[in-house]
Amino acid sequence: MRTRFEVNGKAVEVEVAPRISLADCLRDTLRLTGTHLGCEHGVCGACTVIVNGEAVRSCLILAVEADGDTIVTVEGLSNDDALTPLQASFRKHHALQCGFCTPGMITTTHALLTEEPYADADRIREVLSGNICRCTGYIPIVEAVLDARAHYADEDTSP
Amino acid sequence: MKPKNLLIGSPMERVEDLRLLRGRGQFVSDINFEYQLHAVIYRSAIAHGHIKKINTGDALAIPGVHAVITARDLGPRMPMIPLRLQPLPELEPFCQPMLAHDKVRFVGEPLAVIVADTPQIAEDALNHVDCDIAPLPAVVDRERSEVGTTILFEDHGSNLAIRWSATRGDAEAAFKTADYTRRETFRVQRHAALFMEPRGFVAQWDAASEMLTVWGAAKVAFANRRILAAAMSLPEQQIDMIEVDVGGGFGSRGEFYPEDFLIPFAARHLNRPIKWIEDRREHLTTANHARELECDVEIAATSDGRILGLRGRCWSDNGAYIRTNGSVAPRNVAQFMSGPYDIENIHITTDQTVTNKTPAGTYRGPGRFEGDFVRERLIDIMANDLGIDRVDVRRRNLVAEAQMPYALPTITPHESVTELDSGDNVELFNRCLENFGWEEKSRLNGRLIDGRYHGIAIGCFIEGGGAGPSEDARIVLETDGLISVHVGSSAVGQGIETIMAQITGDVLEVPFDRIRVRHGSTGDVTEGYGSYHSRSTVMGGSAIVLAAEKLKTLIREVAAQALGCTAREVILDSEHARGPSGHSVALSEFCSEPIEAAATYHNTKFTYAYGSLAAHVAVDSKTGDVEVIDVVSIKDVGRIINPLTLQGQAVGAIVQGLGGAILEHLVYDDEGQLLTGTLADYMMPSAESFPNIRSTVIELKPSPNNPLGSKGGGEGEIIPVGGVIANAVAAALTDFDIEPLDLPLSPPRLWALIRAANKRY
Amino acid sequence: MKFPEFDYTCPTSLDEALDLLEKHGDKAVLLAGGQSLMPVLAFRLAAPGLLVDLKKIPGLDTIEADGAGVRLGANVRWCDILGNAALEAAHPLLVKAISHVAHYQIRNRGTVGGSLAYADPAAEMPGIAVTCDANIIVRGAAGERHVKAEAFFLGALTTSLAPGEIITGLHLPAWPVDQRWAFQEFARRRGDFALAGTAVYYNLDAAGRAIDAHIAVIGAEDRPRRLIGAESAVNGRVVNADTIVTAAAEAASEVDPMEDFHAPAIYRRALVETLIARALADAATET
Repeated sequence: MRTRFEVNGKAVEVEVAPRISLADCLRDTLRLTGTHLGCEHGVCGACTVIVNGEAVRSCLILAVEADGDTIVTVEGLSNDDALTPLQASFRKHHALQCGFCTPGMITTTHALLTEEPYADADRIREVLSGNICRCTGYIPIVEAVLDARAHYADEDTSP
Repeated sequence: MKPKNLLIGSPMERVEDLRLLRGRGQFVSDINFEYQLHAVIYRSAIAHGHIKKINTGDALAIPGVHAVITARDLGPRMPMIPLRLQPLPELEPFCQPMLAHDKVRFVGEPLAVIVADTPQIAEDALNHVDCDIAPLPAVVDRERSEVGTTILFEDHGSNLAIRWSATRGDAEAAFKTADYTRRETFRVQRHAALFMEPRGFVAQWDAASEMLTVWGAAKVAFANRRILAAAMSLPEQQIDMIEVDVGGGFGSRGEFYPEDFLIPFAARHLNRPIKWIEDRREHLTTANHARELECDVEIAATSDGRILGLRGRCWSDNGAYIRTNGSVAPRNVAQFMSGPYDIENIHITTDQTVTNKTPAGTYRGPGRFEGDFVRERLIDIMANDLGIDRVDVRRRNLVAEAQMPYALPTITPHESVTELDSGDNVELFNRCLENFGWEEKSRLNGRLIDGRYHGIAIGCFIEGGGAGPSEDARIVLETDGLISVHVGSSAVGQGIETIMAQITGDVLEVPFDRIRVRHGSTGDVTEGYGSYHSRSTVMGGSAIVLAAEKLKTLIREVAAQALGCTAREVILDSEHARGPSGHSVALSEFCSEPIEAAATYHNTKFTYAYGSLAAHVAVDSKTGDVEVIDVVSIKDVGRIINPLTLQGQAVGAIVQGLGGAILEHLVYDDEGQLLTGTLADYMMPSAESFPNIRSTVIELKPSPNNPLGSKGGGEGEIIPVGGVIANAVAAALTDFDIEPLDLPLSPPRLWALIRAANKRY
Repeated sequence: MKFPEFDYTCPTSLDEALDLLEKHGDKAVLLAGGQSLMPVLAFRLAAPGLLVDLKKIPGLDTIEADGAGVRLGANVRWCDILGNAALEAAHPLLVKAISHVAHYQIRNRGTVGGSLAYADPAAEMPGIAVTCDANIIVRGAAGERHVKAEAFFLGALTTSLAPGEIITGLHLPAWPVDQRWAFQEFARRRGDFALAGTAVYYNLDAAGRAIDAHIAVIGAEDRPRRLIGAESAVNGRVVNADTIVTAAAEAASEVDPMEDFHAPAIYRRALVETLIARALADAATET
């Protein structure tokens, strides 16, 4: 079945069986392997991507269901030359060890800070409660996100 | 070793992060070959039974299915998973076949491998395999295992694999004459490592050269290659195990599981690249479980709180098979139960018994988390009974610095001894009390504030690290001036690319950014032992020290010729080699061939990091809910390579420990079915669970046992958490006079204890 | 845990969707946010032949709040409820309850209709619907019907939705502005399905005594239910410490809790008593 959507600014058209998840389509058909599968039942958050500006679990969305959507993955939130301010903050605070949950953390917190650049630690923890990390114990991730707010606040031009 | 210490000790940001943050890591599930096929494992849905027949015809008929491999296809001799760490005769009868063939012994045991065009089709085919199993009663607990009506390995005749004894002094005499003794039964629940990246392999067979390449290796690639080679009747040299990015291990990933053989076998069998990635539901019944233990232990002391002895019996529920980790955890329970305390008379036994559940293996601080829970609880119970302050009683019983090296109990059978290498337990304990604010927080202890009871506790721990026997490193000065480091240590997320580069940079005296570290794969070094028992920094790091020193000498010799001086006169100055005349040559220019040096570091003595951990909890007596308000820890590792990554290990370990103390539980029913089959049922800590943790790692007393002076530090802080949280809860509920003796401290359990205490609340 | 095979279609009108359901019978399954359905399919607990995606059907995503009450379209998502400024005042209990649903990513997809249709015993939306005597709007080939919430939820994962029917919305009665209310749930971690929860509200007569008390238990039984005995213990009385103790005890004896490996029935019963006591105390507190 044909489905068309935009991924990281590029229009994409793929032919996939209806039962293929958006996550598998991104990973296998489009070879964007930054989005990871940690559970495939909507709990761990490693598969989080941004659809139409909102952080969602790509393992629970069908590729055909995403027809017409605008999708951003961790690759779309990255530069070739330097780390983004959010990524640099993660690195500075050692907010990743094995790196498997990290793309989901990046997409989720990017979506959060874009909407709520002044989110406090409690709000950040609440939002991250849907992303499981087994390595870091979360504290450095929360610190990294708090530290990255300054960049998003600068970018925030809403009245 | 007298390096400049520019890099060692520095909180260098990690090299690995550059790709991992961008989603450019390469995990095994990111690897794809054009002609690959996908494998799915058909597993037993029954916990115990005799296999009568397995019908694969229907599955094979499905379009897109290429093969259904069963035991029959593996040849006349069924390969078995060998014992890697402790090849003891007692354990041999309990080894697992790569595919079940006559019996199944746990839900999840592999019965067949389905290979298809896509993972979707392979999974569809699972419903069309028909396995006829005559069920047997399931042995799911200690009583049933010991009674022996149902035996898992009939030829062997017993469900008891081995009984370890830890002995020191004369426990019997000590208990006869002690002023005070107290005996209790403790239970630690089955839980597991639950690393976030599911296991997987991609295997490729080249029929022309008869070379097998396997991606997805982790932790102990060389040992696993050896095992795989034997199972496939291939020379080791014809197998290349490649370690890519690995999403966590914690002692569980990297052990040799059936799939480590089945997938490469399928690749050769079908002459196609085969990809297998486990799913999370499968993971919960197939990756090693851990920690399930019951202990009947008693403590003996003088009336003024000097601990005289510890004795008791423990039973470790090992699950259905003994795999590569052998008997590490059960043995550790006995050998390390006394921890950092000076207890002269010890007799502890641990029985390793089999049951119809997923096999158990090592998980961060194996046997130590469990043993510490028992010991720390007994110490607090004793202090309460004797009316002595819990802090005072610990301080007077900790092994003193003057007693180092301090021999721990002797383990039998296969006698082994170990000793604490160095350390000042009392100093760390005192610092922990101060950092935690023990004096001030004591005022809250046992008090009801805003509807919740508050409690505090503190515990002390040791962490064994630096397991031998050896590790290899090979360092090359490439012709472009870059330094490539090849080491047998494995990456599981702990940042070894960065840490090893720091060590190399300081010894070789070259800049950090000129160094590239390659790790874990069998093509890199001649031999390697990998990453487990917190050994990478000690073993891999020390091997790098030796190799780097050799390389430095070689570079000086080559430079001496170019500079027309003696090797002794050459000074290595970051990117140049300088002679006494002031002449210099750039390292990137003076050799037309790479210069390399290799070294092996041998070690037979463990290192012991050590420290203390304190916690403050608040218990809602009506719901049984425990909130962890504050956790403070301190640990001495002798020599810190990277404080940033070491701190990361500490916090991560503490949170895992808190999960084990309160949330996590692999629950089985009476028929051996795992009830906690999803991540919604198996509850792991989330970002909101434990937000207040302060950990400190210091270098106070170096280890005398390796050139770095470092002590393995990847596991320690998990070890005391169960005991400390349980003690804090007990302290909070002093008014109710209850003793939590079981983990996890779940709300329904605490509520039941409180209710049974029959007090008005 | 790859999904089983199925077809997918995305109708652009309600009539088209109804026709599809009629044509395909029980082979067709409705897809809203997918946050409950997709995990079911991942575990292969169901094998539908056709997924009918409701996302393009117009008019199902509106939120209306006025004197007649609050009307939520079936496709309204949790994030839409939480982001709607008017609802905070129009129905604070609804907003509070929904803030407990699952996690951030799930709240961006999960829908009112999907939750009502799935009928998880511990789900907040069915719980609030029953507490507030809401009407569930259902459309079928025969037309539209309104089903009282308490008649809609029949048991765990079971509703009175007939084959070929689609939930199109939920109507909550108007919320008096000075109504006393509270929401309490107990879960092991935030976002987990609660082991038990409660939603309560009542009004006060001229003498300061409670009237029209609604006390519902969520998650302790196989479906949400108003506890009439507990409500009787509150109605006509001043909601003071004694009343609260009595009402909570009444609730504990009235409830028939589920038992599973997460919590035995006896624990859930005690939890219900505690939560209702706390909720009533919360509701009674002037803020």
